[in-house]
Amino acid sequence: MKDLGSIARILPRRIAAALVVACLLAVSGWVFAQDKPAAPAAAPAPPPKPDLSGTATGGIADVTAKEVGKPTPAEIADFAGHNRVGINMSWTLSTGYLVMFMAAGFALVAAGFTRAKNVAHTVSMVFMVYAAGTIGYWIMGFALQFGGLGPITTLGGTGVLNNEVTITLFGKPFGLFGLTGFFLAAGTYDVAVFALFLFQKVFMDTANYIPTGALAERWKYSTFVVYSLFMSMFLYPIFGNWVWGGGWLSQMGSNFGLGHGHVDFAGSSVVHMVGGVTALAGAMVIGPRTGKYNKDGTANPIPGHNIPMAILGTFILAFGWFGFNPGSTLAGAYLRIAVIAVNTMLASASGAVIAMVYMWMKYGKPDPSMMANGMLAGLVAITAPCAFVSSFWAFVIGGVAGVLVCWSAVFVERTVKVDDPVGAISVHGTCGAWGVLSLGLFADGTYGGDGLNNVAGTVKGLLYGDPSQFVAQIVGTVTNLGFIFGASWVFFKVMDAVMGMRVSPEVELEGLDVPEMGAHGYAEVQGPATLAHSIGASAVRPPGMATTAPERSV
Amino acid sequence: MKKITAIIKPFKLDDVKEALTSAGIIGMTVSEVRGFGRQKGHTEMYRGGEYTVDFLPKMKVEIVVRDSLADKVVALVIGAARTGSIGDGKVFVEPLEDALRIRTGEQGDNAL
Repeated sequence: MKDLGSIARILPRRIAAALVVACLLAVSGWVFAQDKPAAPAAAPAPPPKPDLSGTATGGIADVTAKEVGKPTPAEIADFAGHNRVGINMSWTLSTGYLVMFMAAGFALVAAGFTRAKNVAHTVSMVFMVYAAGTIGYWIMGFALQFGGLGPITTLGGTGVLNNEVTITLFGKPFGLFGLTGFFLAAGTYDVAVFALFLFQKVFMDTANYIPTGALAERWKYSTFVVYSLFMSMFLYPIFGNWVWGGGWLSQMGSNFGLGHGHVDFAGSSVVHMVGGVTALAGAMVIGPRTGKYNKDGTANPIPGHNIPMAILGTFILAFGWFGFNPGSTLAGAYLRIAVIAVNTMLASASGAVIAMVYMWMKYGKPDPSMMANGMLAGLVAITAPCAFVSSFWAFVIGGVAGVLVCWSAVFVERTVKVDDPVGAISVHGTCGAWGVLSLGLFADGTYGGDGLNNVAGTVKGLLYGDPSQFVAQIVGTVTNLGFIFGASWVFFKVMDAVMGMRVSPEVELEGLDVPEMGAHGYAEVQGPATLAHSIGASAVRPPGMATTAPERSV
Repeated sequence: MKKITAIIKPFKLDDVKEALTSAGIIGMTVSEVRGFGRQKGHTEMYRGGEYTVDFLPKMKVEIVVRDSLADKVVALVIGAARTGSIGDGKVFVEPLEDALRIRTGEQGDNAL
């Protein structure tokens, strides 16, 4: 290396760089060469052949063994186990990255369905959910949700998440929340735990950004930031623990013989209904947008400013859902993922088609915004049952959601008189409830046979002979509505008293972008900012700056 | 000099421009405007709710010509912008006091 250094000083830089690259290649070639079986010394080695068909790549020599090419049965078994977890972990992480991208979809949907004067504020909420939520979930949300999970079987199962706070009622254990994994600190510094954290964190994001759509165009940004921490640190993790973290809703099967306990495969209830119900409570506390309702109580439509944006966002969400649902196996080696993916696709399609037909027949036009909501409704509904139902029922579940979302959007707006600019309450709340209930109706007993929630046998719905599963689904849904609505309503009321939930009427009328965020979403096309830009933004000066501009010499 | 202001349907702008330029009229100013006349607004649907749009998008074309050309320009605009249905717009003609070309300082008809 000394020689290389001296050469590098003498030669021009480019040649030195080439030498470094060459050295790296040589070193890596040497490292890989170590994996190959030693060639017999006598015969000269034939020149290496490229593998065109791929059939010669990967073989016994690639199995890690003391004696390369001759692994013992124990070494093979070890390698197989490592590979299985490797596949599962790669799958879990990759699908988690897909779910992360759904934030982009939601930002576009929310922005598209609201007005241009609020667009920077609207997308900044979805944006900050991702960032602030990550911190909150890392501090304590993850620990509360999964701290008592026990071994993560598909990811290796080291079992370091082992402390669930449990009370005893009716002589049965009721798990309430976990207590390990705060800050992912020492005892949970574990690869399986970290993989689970990433995957579950982006699920929490999904629940967290749903209310920002329903409260858009009038929510004080400061109050929103506190909300995003509350959701990530407390509200979402607690209910999530009850269903996914080993808590009491998942124990209803082993405790009381109610099916497999409350089952929600990928989060129709845990993620979407939690978001939708929180959105309902928040929208009730904050009140409708100015101009939404007339004095006689009739509602005025407030059209969104960018339908292409909303449609693009819907497609990004539908794409991300292929991470959301199939990823929830936490196992790429569970081949049921193919069924899950197809069911997800079918329900999204039937949701959009049926919503289109419904709007066309009822209101005379197919309505792009409700078509998009219909696709999302189908996706939300299939999220819980996707692993447990046949393609026919997936089609039906999505289609019912497509009608339900149109009906619910009008019902929420005109009967409940709650203003929800993007339809979040209907898409995620109403259709989330439908999804988790539909599992209790249509689960066909082909999946869940590996002792899901410590109950033997597969998951069967009402139509396939297990009414108790449907009861467990009802209990979970009612619990979600009661707990999430109650807790979030109290939280929003307190926030309203302490910080104020709502911007002033003047700010709302002007648009939230400049008063709340300091910047227009569309600076070149919106009002006074255009003037400010063209004259070098001299209208607003930082304090202490000269009041007259320095003269310029031309 | 006359100033001719035409309020027309947006999709007729190209036809009007074409008609004027091919008749040798060069120079016009165009702006996007909103308004209504006898046509009133129209109704649109959004998420199952009907609403009226009172001010419809129109294009405003402003042309300044010497007096002798005014009638010809009006005829050209009307010929190009007419569809025969309600909402085709209007043409206003008014006398203009003076015009100046900023670059050269030419004045009156010479500045057009």
